[in-house]
Amino acid sequence: MINKVVTNADAAIADVFDGAILMLGGFGLCGIPENCIAALLQKGVKNLTCISNNAGVDDFGIGLMLKQKQVKKMISSYVGENAEFERQLLSGELEVELLPQGTLAERIRAGGAGIPAFFTPAGVGTEVAQGKETREFDGKLYLMERWLRADFSIVKAWKGDTAGNLIYKGTARNFNPMMATAGKITIAEVEELVPAGQLDPNQIHTPGIYVKRIFQGSDYEKRIEQRTVRK
Amino acid sequence: MLDKNGIAKRIAQEVRNGMYVNLGIGIPTLVANYIPSSIDVVLQSENGLLGMGPFPYENEVDPDLINAGKQTVTTLPGSALFDSAASFAMIRGEHIDLTILGAMEVSENGDIANWKIPGKMVKGMGGAMDLVASAQNIIVAMQHINKAGESKLLPQCTLPITGLRCVKKIVTELAVLDIVPEGGFKLLERAPGISVDEIRNATAGKLIIEGEIPEMEINL
Repeated sequence: MINKVVTNADAAIADVFDGAILMLGGFGLCGIPENCIAALLQKGVKNLTCISNNAGVDDFGIGLMLKQKQVKKMISSYVGENAEFERQLLSGELEVELLPQGTLAERIRAGGAGIPAFFTPAGVGTEVAQGKETREFDGKLYLMERWLRADFSIVKAWKGDTAGNLIYKGTARNFNPMMATAGKITIAEVEELVPAGQLDPNQIHTPGIYVKRIFQGSDYEKRIEQRTVRK
Repeated sequence: MLDKNGIAKRIAQEVRNGMYVNLGIGIPTLVANYIPSSIDVVLQSENGLLGMGPFPYENEVDPDLINAGKQTVTTLPGSALFDSAASFAMIRGEHIDLTILGAMEVSENGDIANWKIPGKMVKGMGGAMDLVASAQNIIVAMQHINKAGESKLLPQCTLPITGLRCVKKIVTELAVLDIVPEGGFKLLERAPGISVDEIRNATAGKLIIEGEIPEMEINL
Protein backbone atom coordinates (compact mmCIF):
# COMPACT_ATOMS: atom_id res chain seq x y z
CA MET A 1 0.00 0.00 0.00
CA ILE A 2 1.32 3.48 -0.84
CA ASN A 3 2.33 5.36 2.27
CA LYS A 4 0.88 8.89 2.40
CA VAL A 5 2.09 9.88 5.84
CA VAL A 6 3.90 13.16 6.49
CA THR A 7 5.20 14.23 9.88
CA ASN A 8 3.00 17.22 10.68
CA ALA A 9 0.99 20.17 9.37
CA ASP A 10 4.09 22.22 8.49
CA ALA A 11 5.38 19.43 6.27
CA ALA A 12 1.94 18.87 4.76
CA ILE A 13 1.49 22.47 3.63
CA ALA A 14 5.17 23.28 2.91
CA ASP A 15 4.59 23.83 -0.83
CA VAL A 16 1.43 25.96 -0.57
CA PHE A 17 2.36 29.04 -2.57
CA ASP A 18 1.26 32.68 -2.73
CA GLY A 19 -1.81 32.96 -4.94
CA ALA A 20 -2.83 29.30 -4.52
CA ILE A 21 -6.45 28.16 -4.69
CA LEU A 22 -7.32 26.27 -1.51
CA MET A 23 -10.34 24.27 -0.46
CA LEU A 24 -10.80 24.08 3.30
CA GLY A 25 -13.30 21.63 4.79
CA GLY A 26 -15.78 22.37 7.54
CA PHE A 27 -19.19 23.81 8.30
CA GLY A 28 -18.91 26.71 10.69
CA LEU A 29 -16.10 25.59 13.00
CA CYS A 30 -17.21 21.94 12.81
CA GLY A 31 -14.77 19.70 10.95
CA ILE A 32 -12.23 22.38 10.05
CA PRO A 33 -8.53 21.47 9.54
CA GLU A 34 -7.29 23.32 12.64
CA ASN A 35 -3.69 22.16 12.43
CA CYS A 36 -3.23 23.11 8.78
CA ILE A 37 -4.87 26.51 9.31
CA ALA A 38 -2.40 27.17 12.15
CA ALA A 39 0.47 26.15 9.85
CA LEU A 40 -0.79 28.41 7.05
CA LEU A 41 -0.94 31.31 9.52
CA GLN A 42 2.63 30.57 10.57
CA LYS A 43 3.85 30.24 6.98
CA GLY A 44 2.19 33.54 6.04
CA VAL A 45 1.31 32.66 2.44
CA LYS A 46 -0.69 35.43 0.79
CA ASN A 47 -3.16 36.21 -2.01
CA LEU A 48 -4.97 32.95 -1.40
CA THR A 49 -8.31 32.03 -2.90
CA CYS A 50 -10.14 30.08 -0.22
CA ILE A 51 -13.11 27.87 -1.06
CA SER A 52 -14.92 27.08 2.16
CA ASN A 53 -18.59 27.09 3.17
CA ASN A 54 -17.90 29.65 5.90
CA ALA A 55 -15.11 32.03 6.79
CA GLY A 56 -14.63 31.04 10.41
CA VAL A 57 -15.20 33.52 13.20
CA ASP A 58 -13.15 36.61 14.05
CA ASP A 59 -10.68 34.77 16.25
CA PHE A 60 -10.75 31.19 14.95
CA GLY A 61 -10.54 29.20 11.75
CA ILE A 62 -10.24 31.03 8.43
CA GLY A 63 -11.13 34.23 10.32
CA LEU A 64 -7.53 34.29 11.56
CA MET A 65 -6.21 34.13 7.99
CA LEU A 66 -8.52 36.98 7.03
CA LYS A 67 -7.25 39.06 9.92
CA GLN A 68 -3.68 38.53 8.67
CA LYS A 69 -4.80 39.62 5.17
CA GLN A 70 -3.72 36.31 3.64
CA VAL A 71 -6.92 35.87 1.69
CA LYS A 72 -7.55 37.64 -1.63
CA LYS A 73 -10.80 35.91 -2.46
CA MET A 74 -13.35 33.79 -0.63
CA ILE A 75 -15.83 31.45 -2.29
CA SER A 76 -18.45 30.63 0.36
CA SER A 77 -22.17 30.32 1.04
CA TYR A 78 -22.57 31.90 4.48
CA VAL A 79 -20.25 34.31 6.22
CA GLY A 80 -22.55 35.77 8.84
CA GLU A 81 -20.47 34.88 11.90
CA ASN A 82 -17.46 36.96 10.99
CA ALA A 83 -17.46 40.75 11.50
CA GLU A 84 -13.95 41.23 10.06
CA PHE A 85 -15.03 39.38 6.92
CA GLU A 86 -18.07 41.62 6.52
CA ARG A 87 -15.90 44.71 7.04
CA GLN A 88 -13.31 43.66 4.42
CA LEU A 89 -16.08 42.75 2.00
CA LEU A 90 -18.05 45.99 2.36
CA SER A 91 -14.84 48.04 2.10
CA GLY A 92 -13.81 46.19 -1.07
CA GLU A 93 -10.54 44.79 0.37
CA LEU A 94 -11.74 41.24 -0.08
CA GLU A 95 -13.18 39.68 -3.21
CA VAL A 96 -16.08 37.37 -2.47
CA GLU A 97 -18.18 34.95 -4.49
CA LEU A 98 -21.24 33.92 -2.51
CA LEU A 99 -23.00 30.77 -3.72
CA PRO A 100 -26.00 28.74 -2.68
CA GLN A 101 -24.71 26.07 -0.32
CA GLY A 102 -25.91 23.18 -2.47
CA THR A 103 -24.36 24.78 -5.55
CA LEU A 104 -21.06 25.14 -3.72
CA ALA A 105 -21.17 21.50 -2.61
CA GLU A 106 -22.09 20.26 -6.10
CA ARG A 107 -19.50 22.42 -7.88
CA ILE A 108 -16.83 20.85 -5.68
CA ARG A 109 -18.25 17.36 -6.18
CA ALA A 110 -18.33 17.99 -9.95
CA GLY A 111 -14.70 19.15 -9.86
CA GLY A 112 -13.61 15.92 -8.25
CA ALA A 113 -15.80 13.79 -10.52
CA GLY A 114 -14.71 15.29 -13.85
CA ILE A 115 -18.03 16.99 -14.62
CA PRO A 116 -17.23 20.50 -15.96
CA ALA A 117 -20.73 21.92 -15.53
CA PHE A 118 -24.25 21.05 -14.44
CA PHE A 119 -27.68 22.66 -14.16
CA THR A 120 -29.36 23.56 -10.86
CA PRO A 121 -32.57 25.42 -9.99
CA ALA A 122 -30.91 27.26 -7.11
CA GLY A 123 -30.39 30.96 -7.80
CA VAL A 124 -32.61 31.32 -10.89
CA GLY A 125 -33.81 34.93 -11.05
CA THR A 126 -31.30 36.12 -8.43
CA GLU A 127 -27.91 37.90 -8.43
CA VAL A 128 -26.30 34.47 -8.50
CA ALA A 129 -27.63 33.99 -12.05
CA GLN A 130 -25.81 37.02 -13.45
CA GLY A 131 -23.51 36.04 -16.31
CA LYS A 132 -24.58 32.39 -16.19
CA GLU A 133 -26.50 30.44 -18.80
CA THR A 134 -30.13 29.74 -17.91
CA ARG A 135 -31.84 26.85 -19.67
CA GLU A 136 -35.32 25.36 -19.49
CA PHE A 137 -35.77 21.64 -18.87
CA ASP A 138 -39.28 20.16 -18.69
CA GLY A 139 -40.84 23.57 -18.13
CA LYS A 140 -38.55 24.75 -15.32
CA LEU A 141 -35.55 27.10 -15.45
CA TYR A 142 -32.08 26.04 -14.34
CA LEU A 143 -28.69 27.74 -14.07
CA MET A 144 -25.51 26.33 -15.47
CA GLU A 145 -22.81 26.12 -12.82
CA ARG A 146 -19.19 25.13 -13.43
CA TRP A 147 -16.99 22.80 -11.50
CA LEU A 148 -14.54 23.98 -8.84
CA ARG A 149 -11.06 22.59 -8.45
CA ALA A 150 -8.20 23.60 -6.18
CA ASP A 151 -4.41 23.54 -6.04
CA PHE A 152 -4.68 22.17 -2.51
CA SER A 153 -7.67 20.63 -0.72
CA ILE A 154 -7.22 20.59 3.02
CA VAL A 155 -9.62 18.34 4.90
CA LYS A 156 -10.17 17.10 8.43
CA ALA A 157 -11.29 13.56 9.25
CA TRP A 158 -11.83 11.62 12.44
CA LYS A 159 -9.79 8.54 11.56
CA GLY A 160 -7.42 7.83 8.75
CA ASP A 161 -4.91 5.20 7.79
CA THR A 162 -1.45 5.31 6.25
CA ALA A 163 -2.98 4.58 2.82
CA GLY A 164 -5.01 7.80 3.04
CA ASN A 165 -8.42 6.24 3.67
CA LEU A 166 -10.65 8.52 5.76
CA ILE A 167 -13.63 8.21 8.11
CA TYR A 168 -15.49 11.29 9.32
CA LYS A 169 -17.56 11.72 12.47
CA GLY A 170 -20.97 13.28 12.98
CA THR A 171 -21.69 16.49 11.10
CA ALA A 172 -17.94 17.16 10.88
CA ARG A 173 -18.19 15.34 7.54
CA ASN A 174 -19.98 18.20 5.68
CA PHE A 175 -17.82 19.50 2.79
CA ASN A 176 -14.72 17.41 3.57
CA PRO A 177 -15.45 14.36 1.36
CA MET A 178 -16.17 16.38 -1.80
CA MET A 179 -13.18 18.66 -1.23
CA ALA A 180 -10.93 15.64 -0.78
CA THR A 181 -11.75 14.68 -4.39
CA ALA A 182 -11.28 18.12 -5.96
CA GLY A 183 -7.72 19.12 -5.06
CA LYS A 184 -4.62 18.60 -7.22
CA ILE A 185 -2.99 17.87 -3.88
CA THR A 186 -5.27 16.75 -1.04
CA ILE A 187 -3.99 17.03 2.50
CA ALA A 188 -5.87 15.22 5.27
CA GLU A 189 -5.39 15.82 8.97
CA VAL A 190 -6.95 13.23 11.25
CA GLU A 191 -7.48 12.80 14.96
CA GLU A 192 -6.30 9.22 14.87
CA LEU A 193 -3.92 7.79 12.30
CA VAL A 194 -3.66 4.00 12.11
CA PRO A 195 -1.71 1.52 9.97
CA ALA A 196 -3.39 0.39 6.73
CA GLY A 197 -5.60 -2.59 7.51
CA GLN A 198 -6.89 -1.28 10.81
CA LEU A 199 -9.94 0.48 9.36
CA ASP A 200 -12.88 -1.57 8.11
CA PRO A 201 -13.03 -1.11 4.30
CA ASN A 202 -16.84 -1.15 4.59
CA GLN A 203 -16.77 2.02 6.66
CA ILE A 204 -14.42 4.20 4.55
CA HIS A 205 -15.97 7.51 3.47
CA THR A 206 -13.03 8.84 1.41
CA PRO A 207 -10.94 6.21 -0.39
CA GLY A 208 -7.21 6.82 -0.17
CA ILE A 209 -6.79 7.44 -3.91
CA TYR A 210 -7.85 11.04 -3.33
CA VAL A 211 -5.45 11.75 -0.47
CA LYS A 212 -1.84 12.72 -1.20
CA ARG A 213 -0.67 13.49 2.34
CA ILE A 214 -1.99 12.51 5.74
CA PHE A 215 -0.90 13.23 9.31
CA GLN A 216 -2.24 12.91 12.81
CA GLY A 217 -3.12 16.35 14.14
CA SER A 218 -2.80 17.44 17.73
CA ASP A 219 -4.38 19.76 20.29
CA TYR A 220 -7.78 19.94 18.63
CA GLU A 221 -9.76 22.76 20.19
CA LYS A 222 -13.03 21.97 18.35
CA ARG A 223 -14.52 25.27 19.33
CA ILE A 224 -18.32 25.34 19.56
CA GLU A 225 -20.10 28.37 18.07
CA GLN A 226 -23.48 27.90 19.74
CA ARG A 227 -23.33 25.73 22.83
CA THR A 228 -26.99 24.86 23.30
CA VAL A 229 -27.99 22.41 26.04
CA ARG A 230 -31.18 21.21 27.76
CA LYS A 231 -31.64 20.82 31.47
CA MET B 1 -50.13 39.62 18.87
CA LEU B 2 -47.94 36.51 18.86
CA ASP B 3 -44.39 36.39 20.15
CA LYS B 4 -41.74 34.26 18.40
CA ASN B 5 -42.84 31.16 20.26
CA GLY B 6 -46.45 31.84 19.33
CA ILE B 7 -45.51 31.99 15.64
CA ALA B 8 -43.59 28.73 16.03
CA LYS B 9 -46.58 27.10 17.78
CA ARG B 10 -48.94 28.10 14.99
CA ILE B 11 -46.55 26.79 12.31
CA ALA B 12 -46.20 23.51 14.19
CA GLN B 13 -49.90 22.92 13.43
CA GLU B 14 -48.96 22.69 9.73
CA VAL B 15 -46.62 19.75 10.32
CA ARG B 16 -48.15 16.36 9.47
CA ASN B 17 -47.34 12.81 10.44
CA GLY B 18 -44.62 11.25 8.26
CA MET B 19 -43.12 14.50 7.00
CA TYR B 20 -39.43 15.18 6.42
CA VAL B 21 -38.98 18.82 7.44
CA ASN B 22 -36.17 21.35 7.07
CA LEU B 23 -36.20 24.15 9.64
CA GLY B 24 -34.29 27.37 8.98
CA ILE B 25 -32.45 29.50 11.53
CA GLY B 26 -34.36 31.71 14.00
CA ILE B 27 -38.09 31.29 14.60
CA PRO B 28 -38.25 28.15 12.40
CA THR B 29 -35.87 26.38 14.78
CA LEU B 30 -38.38 26.94 17.59
CA VAL B 31 -41.05 25.02 15.64
CA ALA B 32 -39.39 21.76 16.70
CA ASN B 33 -40.39 22.47 20.30
CA TYR B 34 -44.10 22.43 19.45
CA ILE B 35 -44.49 19.44 17.12
CA PRO B 36 -46.92 17.13 18.92
CA SER B 37 -45.38 13.94 20.26
CA SER B 38 -48.32 12.06 18.75
CA ILE B 39 -46.88 12.42 15.21
CA ASP B 40 -43.66 11.11 13.69
CA VAL B 41 -41.61 13.78 11.91
CA VAL B 42 -37.99 13.67 10.75
CA LEU B 43 -36.03 16.92 10.87
CA GLN B 44 -33.32 17.48 8.27
CA SER B 45 -30.38 19.73 9.00
CA GLU B 46 -28.67 20.65 5.74
CA ASN B 47 -25.15 20.35 7.16
CA GLY B 48 -25.65 16.59 6.99
CA LEU B 49 -28.12 15.15 9.49
CA LEU B 50 -31.50 13.49 9.13
CA GLY B 51 -33.28 12.79 12.38
CA MET B 52 -32.13 15.80 14.37
CA GLY B 53 -32.78 15.38 18.07
CA PRO B 54 -33.09 17.94 20.86
CA PHE B 55 -30.23 19.92 22.37
CA PRO B 56 -27.85 17.67 24.34
CA TYR B 57 -27.60 17.49 28.09
CA GLU B 58 -24.45 19.22 29.33
CA ASN B 59 -22.53 15.93 29.55
CA GLU B 60 -23.56 14.88 26.01
CA VAL B 61 -22.32 17.98 24.15
CA ASP B 62 -20.35 16.91 21.05
CA PRO B 63 -18.60 19.60 18.98
CA ASP B 64 -18.81 17.22 15.99
CA LEU B 65 -22.61 17.23 16.08
CA ILE B 66 -24.25 20.54 15.24
CA ASN B 67 -27.21 21.77 13.25
CA ALA B 68 -27.22 24.26 10.38
CA GLY B 69 -27.48 27.09 12.92
CA LYS B 70 -24.21 25.83 14.44
CA GLN B 71 -26.02 24.81 17.63
CA THR B 72 -25.04 21.61 19.41
CA VAL B 73 -27.69 18.92 18.87
CA THR B 74 -28.19 15.16 19.25
CA THR B 75 -29.07 12.24 17.01
CA LEU B 76 -32.12 10.02 17.54
CA PRO B 77 -32.69 6.30 16.98
CA GLY B 78 -32.87 6.06 13.17
CA SER B 79 -30.78 9.15 12.44
CA ALA B 80 -28.49 9.29 9.42
CA LEU B 81 -25.38 11.37 8.72
CA PHE B 82 -24.12 12.37 5.27
CA ASP B 83 -22.05 14.95 3.41
CA SER B 84 -23.21 18.33 2.09
CA ALA B 85 -23.55 17.19 -1.54
CA ALA B 86 -25.83 14.34 -0.47
CA SER B 87 -27.77 16.73 1.73
CA PHE B 88 -28.52 19.13 -1.09
CA ALA B 89 -29.28 16.27 -3.46
CA MET B 90 -32.09 15.44 -1.01
CA ILE B 91 -33.22 19.06 -1.09
CA ARG B 92 -33.01 19.70 -4.84
CA GLY B 93 -34.43 16.25 -5.53
CA GLU B 94 -37.64 17.32 -3.73
CA HIS B 95 -37.40 14.68 -1.02
CA ILE B 96 -38.11 17.22 1.74
CA ASP B 97 -41.86 17.60 2.39
CA LEU B 98 -41.89 20.92 4.21
CA THR B 99 -39.44 23.83 4.43
CA ILE B 100 -39.86 26.51 7.08
CA LEU B 101 -37.66 29.58 6.89
CA GLY B 102 -37.38 33.22 7.87
CA ALA B 103 -37.50 36.21 5.52
CA MET B 104 -36.75 39.92 5.35
CA GLU B 105 -39.39 40.47 2.64
CA VAL B 106 -42.02 38.43 0.80
CA SER B 107 -43.85 39.69 -2.28
CA GLU B 108 -47.49 39.07 -3.16
CA ASN B 109 -46.44 36.64 -5.92
CA GLY B 110 -44.37 34.56 -3.50
CA ASP B 111 -40.87 35.92 -4.10
CA ILE B 112 -38.66 35.88 -1.02
CA ALA B 113 -35.67 38.01 0.01
CA ASN B 114 -33.63 36.97 3.02
CA TRP B 115 -29.89 36.99 2.33
CA LYS B 116 -28.52 40.46 1.73
CA ILE B 117 -29.04 44.18 2.37
CA PRO B 118 -26.84 45.91 -0.23
CA GLY B 119 -24.08 48.01 1.36
CA LYS B 120 -25.12 47.07 4.89
CA MET B 121 -25.38 43.40 5.58
CA VAL B 122 -23.91 40.49 3.68
CA LYS B 123 -24.31 37.18 5.41
CA GLY B 124 -24.80 35.01 2.37
CA MET B 125 -27.63 32.77 1.32
CA GLY B 126 -26.41 29.57 2.92
CA GLY B 127 -28.81 26.82 1.88
CA ALA B 128 -31.81 29.10 1.42
CA MET B 129 -31.57 29.45 -2.37
CA ASP B 130 -31.36 25.69 -2.86
CA LEU B 131 -34.27 25.13 -0.49
CA VAL B 132 -36.62 27.68 -2.03
CA ALA B 133 -35.74 26.66 -5.60
CA SER B 134 -36.89 23.09 -5.08
CA ALA B 135 -39.32 22.84 -2.18
CA GLN B 136 -42.96 22.31 -3.07
CA ASN B 137 -44.18 23.45 0.32
CA ILE B 138 -42.58 26.52 1.87
CA ILE B 139 -43.84 28.34 4.96
CA VAL B 140 -42.26 31.63 5.95
CA ALA B 141 -42.04 32.56 9.64
CA MET B 142 -41.43 36.26 10.13
CA GLN B 143 -42.49 39.56 11.66
CA HIS B 144 -45.18 41.36 9.69
CA ILE B 145 -43.39 44.71 9.99
CA ASN B 146 -39.68 45.45 10.26
CA LYS B 147 -37.87 47.40 12.98
CA ALA B 148 -38.39 50.63 11.02
CA GLY B 149 -42.14 50.02 11.13
CA GLU B 150 -42.42 49.11 7.43
CA SER B 151 -44.41 46.20 6.06
CA LYS B 152 -42.45 43.11 5.02
CA LEU B 153 -45.37 41.85 2.91
CA LEU B 154 -44.89 43.84 -0.27
CA PRO B 155 -46.16 44.17 -3.85
CA GLN B 156 -42.56 43.45 -4.94
CA CYS B 157 -39.38 42.69 -2.98
CA THR B 158 -36.98 45.64 -2.75
CA LEU B 159 -34.03 43.59 -1.46
CA PRO B 160 -32.05 41.07 -3.55
CA ILE B 161 -34.22 38.02 -4.20
CA THR B 162 -33.51 34.57 -2.76
CA GLY B 163 -36.09 32.78 -4.89
CA LEU B 164 -39.00 33.50 -7.24
CA ARG B 165 -42.66 32.52 -6.75
CA CYS B 166 -41.93 29.94 -4.08
CA VAL B 167 -43.58 30.95 -0.79
CA LYS B 168 -46.95 29.28 -0.19
CA LYS B 169 -47.82 30.40 3.32
CA ILE B 170 -46.75 33.06 5.83
CA VAL B 171 -47.20 33.09 9.59
CA THR B 172 -46.51 36.40 11.35
CA GLU B 173 -47.18 37.87 14.78
CA LEU B 174 -50.47 39.18 13.33
CA ALA B 175 -51.82 36.63 10.89
CA VAL B 176 -51.72 33.47 8.78
CA LEU B 177 -51.80 34.19 5.06
CA ASP B 178 -51.65 32.09 1.90
CA ILE B 179 -50.09 33.34 -1.31
CA VAL B 180 -52.56 32.64 -4.08
CA PRO B 181 -51.38 31.60 -7.57
CA GLU B 182 -52.79 34.73 -9.26
CA GLY B 183 -50.93 36.92 -6.74
CA GLY B 184 -51.94 38.35 -3.38
CA PHE B 185 -51.83 37.59 0.34
CA LYS B 186 -55.04 35.78 1.24
CA LEU B 187 -55.84 36.35 4.91
CA LEU B 188 -56.74 33.07 6.60
CA GLU B 189 -56.50 33.71 10.35
CA ARG B 190 -55.96 36.56 12.78
CA ALA B 191 -53.68 36.33 15.80
CA PRO B 192 -55.54 36.51 19.12
CA GLY B 193 -56.79 40.06 19.74
CA ILE B 194 -55.73 41.38 16.31
CA SER B 195 -58.29 43.00 14.03
CA VAL B 196 -58.53 42.76 10.26
CA ASP B 197 -57.84 46.50 10.08
CA GLU B 198 -54.57 46.10 11.96
CA ILE B 199 -53.49 43.41 9.50
CA ARG B 200 -54.59 45.56 6.55
CA ASN B 201 -52.54 48.51 7.87
CA ALA B 202 -49.47 46.30 8.26
CA THR B 203 -49.67 44.77 4.76
CA ALA B 204 -48.28 46.80 1.84
CA GLY B 205 -48.97 44.16 -0.81
CA LYS B 206 -52.37 43.11 -2.13
CA LEU B 207 -54.40 41.69 0.77
CA ILE B 208 -57.33 39.41 -0.07
CA ILE B 209 -60.05 39.25 2.56
CA GLU B 210 -63.00 36.96 1.91
CA GLY B 211 -65.78 36.64 4.47
CA GLU B 212 -65.32 36.47 8.21
CA ILE B 213 -61.67 35.89 9.23
CA PRO B 214 -61.40 33.56 12.23
CA GLU B 215 -58.97 33.96 15.10
CA MET B 216 -56.22 31.34 15.35
CA GLU B 217 -56.95 28.35 17.53
CA ILE B 218 -53.81 28.26 19.58
CA ASN B 219 -52.87 27.65 23.21
CA LEU B 220 -50.38 30.33 24.16
